[in-house]
Amino acid sequence: MTMPTITPYRPGPQAARDGFTQLLRAEWTKFRTVRGWVIGVVVAALVTVVLGLLIAGGGSSTCQTSPSSPVLSGPACLPHIPLGPGGVAVTDQFYFVRQPLAGNGSITVRVASLTGLYANGVTRVGQPLTKGVQPWSKAGVIIKAGTRPGSAYAAMMVTGGHGVRMQYNYTRDTAGLPGAVSAASPRWLRLTRSGHTLTGYDSADGTHWTRVGTARLAGLSSTVQAGLFATSPTHTVVVSQSLGGGTSAGGPSLATAVFDHASLSGTSPSRPWTGDAVGGKATGGPVTSGSLGFHQSGGTFTVTGSGDIAPLVPAADAGFPISTIEQSLVGAFAGLIAVVVVAAMFITAEYRRGMIRTTLAASPRRGRVLAAKAIVAGGVTFAAGLAAAIITVPLSDRLSHAKGSYVLPVSTLTELRVVVGTAALLAVAAILALAIGTALRRSAAAVTTVIVVIVLPYILGTGDVLPLGAENWLLRITPAAGFAIQQSVPAYPQVTAGYTPTAGYFPLAPWAGFAVLCAWAVLALGLAVVLIRRRDA
Amino acid sequence: MSQAPPAERAHARWAPHTGPAGPRQALLSGWTGLREALHAEWTKLRTLPGTPWLLGALILLTVAVSTAATAAATCPSGDCSVDPAKLSLTGINLGQAVAAILGVLVISGEYSTGMIRTTITAMPRRTSMMAAKAIIVTGLVLAAGTVAVLGSLLAGGLILPGHGFTPAHGYPALSLGDGPVLRAAAGSVLYLGLIALLSLGVATMIRDAGAAIGTVLGLLYLSPIIAAVVSSPHWHNDIERYAPMSAGLAIQATTGLRSLPISPWGGLGVLAAWAAAALLAGGLLLRLRDA
Repeated sequence: MTMPTITPYRPGPQAARDGFTQLLRAEWTKFRTVRGWVIGVVVAALVTVVLGLLIAGGGSSTCQTSPSSPVLSGPACLPHIPLGPGGVAVTDQFYFVRQPLAGNGSITVRVASLTGLYANGVTRVGQPLTKGVQPWSKAGVIIKAGTRPGSAYAAMMVTGGHGVRMQYNYTRDTAGLPGAVSAASPRWLRLTRSGHTLTGYDSADGTHWTRVGTARLAGLSSTVQAGLFATSPTHTVVVSQSLGGGTSAGGPSLATAVFDHASLSGTSPSRPWTGDAVGGKATGGPVTSGSLGFHQSGGTFTVTGSGDIAPLVPAADAGFPISTIEQSLVGAFAGLIAVVVVAAMFITAEYRRGMIRTTLAASPRRGRVLAAKAIVAGGVTFAAGLAAAIITVPLSDRLSHAKGSYVLPVSTLTELRVVVGTAALLAVAAILALAIGTALRRSAAAVTTVIVVIVLPYILGTGDVLPLGAENWLLRITPAAGFAIQQSVPAYPQVTAGYTPTAGYFPLAPWAGFAVLCAWAVLALGLAVVLIRRRDA
Repeated sequence: MSQAPPAERAHARWAPHTGPAGPRQALLSGWTGLREALHAEWTKLRTLPGTPWLLGALILLTVAVSTAATAAATCPSGDCSVDPAKLSLTGINLGQAVAAILGVLVISGEYSTGMIRTTITAMPRRTSMMAAKAIIVTGLVLAAGTVAVLGSLLAGGLILPGHGFTPAHGYPALSLGDGPVLRAAAGSVLYLGLIALLSLGVATMIRDAGAAIGTVLGLLYLSPIIAAVVSSPHWHNDIERYAPMSAGLAIQATTGLRSLPISPWGGLGVLAAWAAAALLAGGLLLRLRDA
């Protein structure tokens, strides 16, 4: 007789109620109907935008081109930075001894020596410079779309301390023959153009050639400039000993290279060589512009240049403040705290009110409840974070421009990664908070734990309290590693600078760092699933 | 409850029934009011299972982080631009979060369980109830903070000489007899106490534990992050000077005092002003709002 009473439990048309979609809808309804949580998410987005705009609009810079000239402010202060083919800001300053090259062809030269002079931090105008070549002083052969700074190029070069390199389009760098160049061990360099493809070769004797690399320069016109070049970056001493690491004061430098056996084969008629200081002669300080130039006697060329052909990095001393797009997203830290509070409460409030018993009675598969909560909390946070980042980055960029402070341009793809990455960062932090909240059940303890494991390692890692090694480890293994996804400018090995966390350089690559944060979230979520299954609610 | 001596228990039970009398007695009852409130708050906090855990965590985490920081530092040659006392007290950065939890929970815990209505019914003088909470939680945090700071300095004193921080490199052994080191140590303990007070004030305003702790930690941890990206040096200095954490931790500096944006005691004073403002605002709201 009791049999019929059991029928309501038989799975039938109502089985859909147990479906995951229903569970998601239930959790979404809970989320959107608690006013405090909705306010919390809105606050998270708002503080991200407002803080970003405040910081971009706060720094109004003034400048003077010389002590006697009038003080400028606003966009007039913006430095003129050339953009490379990839859309990245570059330094393009060198001495160029050139001839036009029409169509395909090849340039070959022997480098017999590379020497240099530099001003260290204490050298004054008029004082003699110190002898010495910089590790990334460069000289060699170059084929360039034109003499406009920022135009496409490929070059084979000898360097002060990194052997022979093939570099092209500012960011690409391939190693060739190792060792320094000298009269006893000269280096032969060759660059061949065939259509849009440039191939670099090096040789120690001029007969046995090795291919170093190939560059494809899109949109290269038929007539290009080919020739010899020399340049030398600012003398920079990176101090890794001190806390936080850093770059010590340096000074400009110049490099002089001696070339012979220069030959330009191709369709160009035999013309005299012309010399140009590409990117201007503004060297500043003790290096006078008069020392730059070239000298030809017979088949021997002596070329002296100063500057660099490389990407512009914020860590290097460029002489003016450089900010990056991720700095405008600093408000995301405040947003993160708000998001963590909401996400932790999303579960702890259920425990406090006893709602969890209703939730688990309605959906006894506890792991799925947690999964639904994670999707709702992560999804809502991602949407809010994305909206905030999409508004903040372009707006603060414009604001900075109007205020005359330079924001380093990055490629659209990088900007997209920073914007979406910031939203994803907030979403994963929310899921981590949900998991910790499930494990601890107390909102105060959960919120504190999550904020402390994400924000505190970032503060200690980018601050000036800990030694550099410890900082790097903190940003490798703690959830704070995830902030690497916001780093818009990579550390270029071919540019000497203090690539420290304090300067905004994370020890892990953007996605690797983000993966560390995700791993922590997955770990915590796994623990939460185990605990919610095992414990009484 | 059962641990209190019988006389005190009787007093606690009967005192509220003595009723109002002359002004003299009203003054007296005000005093006893605070004493009773202290006793009640002490009993509540003492019997919460979380309190000893939190106090233990404060000590343990502070000493652990300080030890790790000193163990990571090396000074192979002289002039390492390291402030050994500050480095040895790095753990305060984490310990303050636990102090903040204590400060928040002492009032938010009552709101979340509804206990606050019982408390206020028993002690209608809300200000003295809050003062009692402040005294009890600060006392506990100061006690635990003293142990944590002494432990951190002890670890620093043992580890640092082995890592090149020797008198030969210009780093004399850490000693509390040294004026600046004593200031850093005592100041760090006071810092923790002030953080607990600030948290109590914020939690009285916000009531919800999660939101309150989020606000407090945001107030503390955001300032160094924001200061790092502000391009204007003027703003940067202002943040370091008036934000509770940056200003308060100036007390830990023992070297390079001239380059600090704010003097050690001045910085702690700024934090004290924050705590006072939070307590004042919290106290006002407590009086004005329904529980």
